[in-house]
Amino acid sequence: MSEPLLLAQSLTRRFGGLTAVNAVSLALRQGELHAVIGTNGAGKSTLINMLSGELPASSGRIELAGADITAWSQPRRARAGIGRSYQRTTIFPALSVFENTRLCAQAAKQRPWAVWQAADHCASSRDAAEQALASAGLADVPQLLAGLLSHGQQRQLEIAMCLVTRPPVLLLDEPLAGMGAEETERMLALLIDLKRSHALLLVEHDMDAVFRVADVITVMVNGEVIASDVPEVIRNHPEVRVAYLGEGH
Amino acid sequence: MATDRAWIVPVAALVALAALPGVLAPYTQDLVLKIAVYAIFALSLELLVGMTGLVSLGHAAFLGIGAYVAVLASRDGGAAPLQWLLPASVASAAAYALFVGMLCLRTRGVYFIMVTLAFAQMAYFVFHDTKVGGGSDGIFLYAKPVLAIAGSSLIDLDDKRQLYYTVVAALGFTYGLLALIRRSRFGHALTGIRGNEQRMRAAGFATYPYKLAAFVIAGALAGLAGFLLAVKDGTVNPELLSWHESGAVLLMIILGGIGSLRGAVIGAIAFTLLKELCQSEALLGPLAGHWQLTLGFSIIAFVAWLPKGLIGLAGMRRRGARRV
Repeated sequence: MSEPLLLAQSLTRRFGGLTAVNAVSLALRQGELHAVIGTNGAGKSTLINMLSGELPASSGRIELAGADITAWSQPRRARAGIGRSYQRTTIFPALSVFENTRLCAQAAKQRPWAVWQAADHCASSRDAAEQALASAGLADVPQLLAGLLSHGQQRQLEIAMCLVTRPPVLLLDEPLAGMGAEETERMLALLIDLKRSHALLLVEHDMDAVFRVADVITVMVNGEVIASDVPEVIRNHPEVRVAYLGEGH
Repeated sequence: MATDRAWIVPVAALVALAALPGVLAPYTQDLVLKIAVYAIFALSLELLVGMTGLVSLGHAAFLGIGAYVAVLASRDGGAAPLQWLLPASVASAAAYALFVGMLCLRTRGVYFIMVTLAFAQMAYFVFHDTKVGGGSDGIFLYAKPVLAIAGSSLIDLDDKRQLYYTVVAALGFTYGLLALIRRSRFGHALTGIRGNEQRMRAAGFATYPYKLAAFVIAGALAGLAGFLLAVKDGTVNPELLSWHESGAVLLMIILGGIGSLRGAVIGAIAFTLLKELCQSEALLGPLAGHWQLTLGFSIIAFVAWLPKGLIGLAGMRRRGARRV
């Protein structure tokens, strides 16, 4: 098994008296899709927020390719190669589809002091944006305002915005939420494609989808990991069946 | 592409502005000067509110500091050298903006508005209640700054005409700088921060230094406006830093249309003219004594009918034409 790209060791997050995530450890490897499932309030989003750096961990340690990044800010982690999508679509609705992606690509080469250079002439970010839009299937609507896209297209755009800086680690928070059957299929195909070159963490409620694409599934209940294994084992895990899939499943 | 020729209108306006003194009466020329200075002030706030999405209610502090430094630093009798006085004014305003920005930018939304207001009021009371700047009466600028090289004066701001061209040049500089910023990577990043700061951070932008840079540039440009205002009026008083002034400049950009540089300039013109109009006894008779009331009502009317500001009129006409 390859070395983990992103490694979390006993991550804990407390909000006052509530422990939202309790001593969770997990490893993400390139070529592997790691799904985290759990009921609402199990701490999945808090976990993603700690990994991406949006929330500091109360205790625990996070490593990216062997480097301790626990104290790094979110922008620094993003530049080091951790991309993420949000449960609620997080795009720039007032900007064009192309500019949404180009702006994210600009993060790799920011040069804010060079005010005499036009952003629209920034070749590196333009090329990256064009490629990302093509791979996300949005190449035919670059000038459309992002806010006018359908919900499914907005989710695709958000993935394109994550991919545009080529982060080796992708944290995806419910990318299938609110998607129709056709859009779900397209997104799953994209996830399988991405898996080859990325380390993927997928938080998702759609069980069928998770069992189809995941290589490892971690099950969380009340902030704790109760099981983490390959899908076949998880499907038959007695505790998981009781706690999450339901007794009669 | 139409956007490639977007510079034509502002440049034409600037040329027209430069040609004006030949045909204007002294009163009108003074009014144009006042509008030009306020346009610089409004443009500086547009960088914060329109481009970055940071609504500040304390922007007058930087105007006032720029103005006070211009007077305080040139008090030793004789005309102060412009090449030192102007940078000193701008740098002082920028320094206070750096200090205020570092603290304010840790808050968001309505808290940001309140904290910027608080810092501006602090600066206001320093000048109002201490002897630093002559207390509530303010102080006079006895000799206007001069740019002299090897004994011969190149720019003498005591000369009305030279002051006029200096202000027009400063307005052109401010507009040009902000237009450059808008099209640059820095400006696009500010637009991103206004649109969705969370996504910007997730993409890898450390948004705090970006916002701080915008805040300091805005403060410095407001300081430039303050310097010109002090030189133009030959006097400063604490009211320059008051929240009325911060509110007035915010109204200017709302009136003109937030989100465009032209809007800020148009807003400065409209607000200043509207205020002159409401204060004019020749036109409104005894009502001129209650100009705040008429000004207030006219602004409410403008905002109600033109929610996108005066600049939005152009878009409405275009849409109307298409319908016909």
